[in-house]
Amino acid sequence: MTNTITTEPSTPTPAAPGRRTPINLRQYGILAALAVIIVLFQVLTDGRLLMPGNVNNLIQQNAYVLILAIGMVIVIIGGHIDLSVGSVVAMVGAVAAIATNVWGLPWWQAVIISLVVGAVVGAWQGYWVAFVGVPAFIVTLAGMLIFRGLTLVFLTGGTISGLPREFTAIGAGWVPGFLGEVGGRDVITLVLVVAVALAMVGIQLRARAQLGALGLPRESAVSFWIKNAITAFAIIALGWQLSDYQGTPIILVILGGLVIIYTFTLNRTVFGRHVYAMGGNLFAAMMSGVKTKWVNFFIFVNMGVLAALAGVVATARAGGAVASAGQNYELDAIAAVFIGGAAVQGGVGTVFGAIVGGLVMGVLNMGLSILSVDAAWQQTIKGLVLLLAVAFDIFNKRRSGH
Amino acid sequence: MNENSTILRMRDITKTFGAVRALDGVSISVTRGSVHAICGENGAGKSTLMKVLSGVYPHGSFDGTIEFEDKEVEYRSINDSERDGIVIIHQELALSPYLSIAENIFLGNENAKRGVINWHETNLEAVKLLARVGLQENPATPVLELGVGKQQLVEIAKALSKRVKLLILDEPTAALNDEDSAHLLDLLRHLRDQGITSIIISHKLKEIRKIADTVTIIRDGATIESFEMTEPDATEARIIRSMVGRPLDNLFPPREPDIGEEYFRVENWNAYHPVDTARKVVDDASFSVRAGEIVGFAGLMGAGRTELAMSIFGRSYGRNISGKVFKQGKEIQTRTVEEAIRNGIAYATEDRKKYGLNLIGDITVNVSAAALGRLARLGVIDRNREYVTADRYREQMNIKAPSVASVVGKLSGGNQQKVVLSKWMFTGPDVLILDEPTRGIDVGAKYEIYGIINQLAAAGKAVIVISSELPELLGLADRIYTISQGRISGEVTRADATQELLMHYMTADKD
Repeated sequence: MTNTITTEPSTPTPAAPGRRTPINLRQYGILAALAVIIVLFQVLTDGRLLMPGNVNNLIQQNAYVLILAIGMVIVIIGGHIDLSVGSVVAMVGAVAAIATNVWGLPWWQAVIISLVVGAVVGAWQGYWVAFVGVPAFIVTLAGMLIFRGLTLVFLTGGTISGLPREFTAIGAGWVPGFLGEVGGRDVITLVLVVAVALAMVGIQLRARAQLGALGLPRESAVSFWIKNAITAFAIIALGWQLSDYQGTPIILVILGGLVIIYTFTLNRTVFGRHVYAMGGNLFAAMMSGVKTKWVNFFIFVNMGVLAALAGVVATARAGGAVASAGQNYELDAIAAVFIGGAAVQGGVGTVFGAIVGGLVMGVLNMGLSILSVDAAWQQTIKGLVLLLAVAFDIFNKRRSGH
Repeated sequence: MNENSTILRMRDITKTFGAVRALDGVSISVTRGSVHAICGENGAGKSTLMKVLSGVYPHGSFDGTIEFEDKEVEYRSINDSERDGIVIIHQELALSPYLSIAENIFLGNENAKRGVINWHETNLEAVKLLARVGLQENPATPVLELGVGKQQLVEIAKALSKRVKLLILDEPTAALNDEDSAHLLDLLRHLRDQGITSIIISHKLKEIRKIADTVTIIRDGATIESFEMTEPDATEARIIRSMVGRPLDNLFPPREPDIGEEYFRVENWNAYHPVDTARKVVDDASFSVRAGEIVGFAGLMGAGRTELAMSIFGRSYGRNISGKVFKQGKEIQTRTVEEAIRNGIAYATEDRKKYGLNLIGDITVNVSAAALGRLARLGVIDRNREYVTADRYREQMNIKAPSVASVVGKLSGGNQQKVVLSKWMFTGPDVLILDEPTRGIDVGAKYEIYGIINQLAAAGKAVIVISSELPELLGLADRIYTISQGRISGEVTRADATQELLMHYMTADKD
């Protein structure tokens, strides 16, 4: 009885496809904000922000947050939170360093061991959340202490440095430029970005053609091509700058793969749909036959594995394991997810949004650092940005009549 | 004070949301010391009108004038209207469950000096107020220990504490059983004698007949008519006619039952309360449904109808469940919801907002929610097929929404219920258990839902309808079981069924 809009007899209008396209209006908003921030700092820093070396660092320095944000957005859509990821990053870093430097294992075995440790950590936390029913806030707060403590135990208070070069390349290396250089630019990087841009447009075109064939609503051709042109331009521009530096960071390839896999998982798989359903209404999901306990369990196992991967990346970039690694990483990841439009109550959020949210924080960090703004003020500004981003979101929703 | 003066006069109220006119020149005048009923289909604009009156939509956000006690008023918030003695009690009660009755009554209106509450006076005052609403409870009792009926009385006590002159009740009896409803109506009559005016929004026409002095009918955001219940032609039929804009000769669509062999049988079903594990909630229940048959389950609130259904459907309720379930003579297991669905059972829950729907999701994801596997290969959903499926149900079930991308939380109750039914139909069930399928939805949508239920039966499904409304069961079911205190206390065929007989079995005591 509260709503008059929908009771009117209405003809089906080819409305905005809503969740159907992977990018919705809310995310255009945050994307616009990212663009504004980039332009702002580009001007303020006299063009230094987007210099090839800085673009490269932006990716390598923020890779860990972006990886964590991908796991965290799933956790948050499912209606939970994970406070332990920073400690897991540190602990996995310690395990990886021990594996290579103490046990003398090759880099790939160290990575596998790290990911297995992450999965075990996730299974441990998932067990308490899913099968015992302890709220994730408590389980992961405990985890934050437990895994930080274990890191100290493993490292016996010291540090392990001098990791093998193959291992550090994961966080600080580049795809070998085996196609050589043209005019000082790495050719493989340029080939890669053009291929990615073309593939993206191709996939979008195919999806669009399918919608057309089924007579389903789709966005206008103009908006479709503008969107694709801008995205393709952004991808190629990124490659253009990177090719002028050392080429494609390995971590960028990993990140790209993760974004594709997880966007697909959330949008197209039964598991992803169940996560959204549980965040939207847990009881309704239960009464629809969703195995909610197992879904919760795997949300945390997945978060554990991604936290481990972030641990590998962060340790590789740092070149060694220290007990204080990963501090506040959980907060960065959570902030990225919420800036990216996820809802605190669960049920809402996207991988794309989380990545853009993470980049907003990353660009802020870098821009403020180039401007030599004091670290204390940097934190203050980041806090305000988080607050304003979410407040803006709420304001928007209220205006649209929720 | 003039007995027949007008306490409230709303004139030409027009309220728009974007391009949508929710209210289009509604006028209403309410006589002091009367009970005034407002009727209308879901979405007609009743709640919007009450929000305009109470200041939820502040002065200036709508056109038209409001006069209260012969003064033109311009409320900007609920606080403004409450100061004048207008109190609105919403359908969803707004009490804080862990606070006591007394604390709730005086919440936001505490008897305090410099921020320190005078508990002695608060409790004394609360006792007096509770006496006025006829509630015998210790004011220190936490509200969560009270049933819905008593909570409603606490809400009214709270309104009285604010020196209410005009009490607005939005669907006050929707969640109450007959006894509590009767008590509430008595109380409203009693308050009327004390000079308190009430506006009651209700779908229950019998109730309106019993209590209202005047009825105003709203349809599509406009006043259709207003009349005294003492007029000779003030009948339920007239109200319905005005509400839907067409005469509804029959509340139930015609149906030719085509009943086959026994299809579904439950034997010796038992379940215990999940917390109070010594309490038997379902006691040795046995029943059967034939193909193409609609079987009703009648019972008073708390008799164990929903508990019986939920304990069968994937053991979603209760502990130490025992008993056997047969489909076409073969025993089947229903240990988890997923297993029950796989065995062809569907259960549309009583509380669709809490247990039935993902309100922030669109129609598509809700329709597919219980049978995603049918749309997926290797765990990957075919979203185009999903969309086409949802759209097919939208047309077939006449779900009124711009497209299947519409968010379900924004639909009216009737359309939400159609989404729930679509969801369960898409699981391809043989046995459908529908728990209060028409609760809180308007006459027109009810008729449509009945039609859908008839179609399901005609398609040879075994259909179980649980309902609190006896006329609904009498109009719909081929056979009715009654439940009392967890036991099946009676079984009545359509030919023999009367409200009196059913009520007799529903109130049957355990031997």
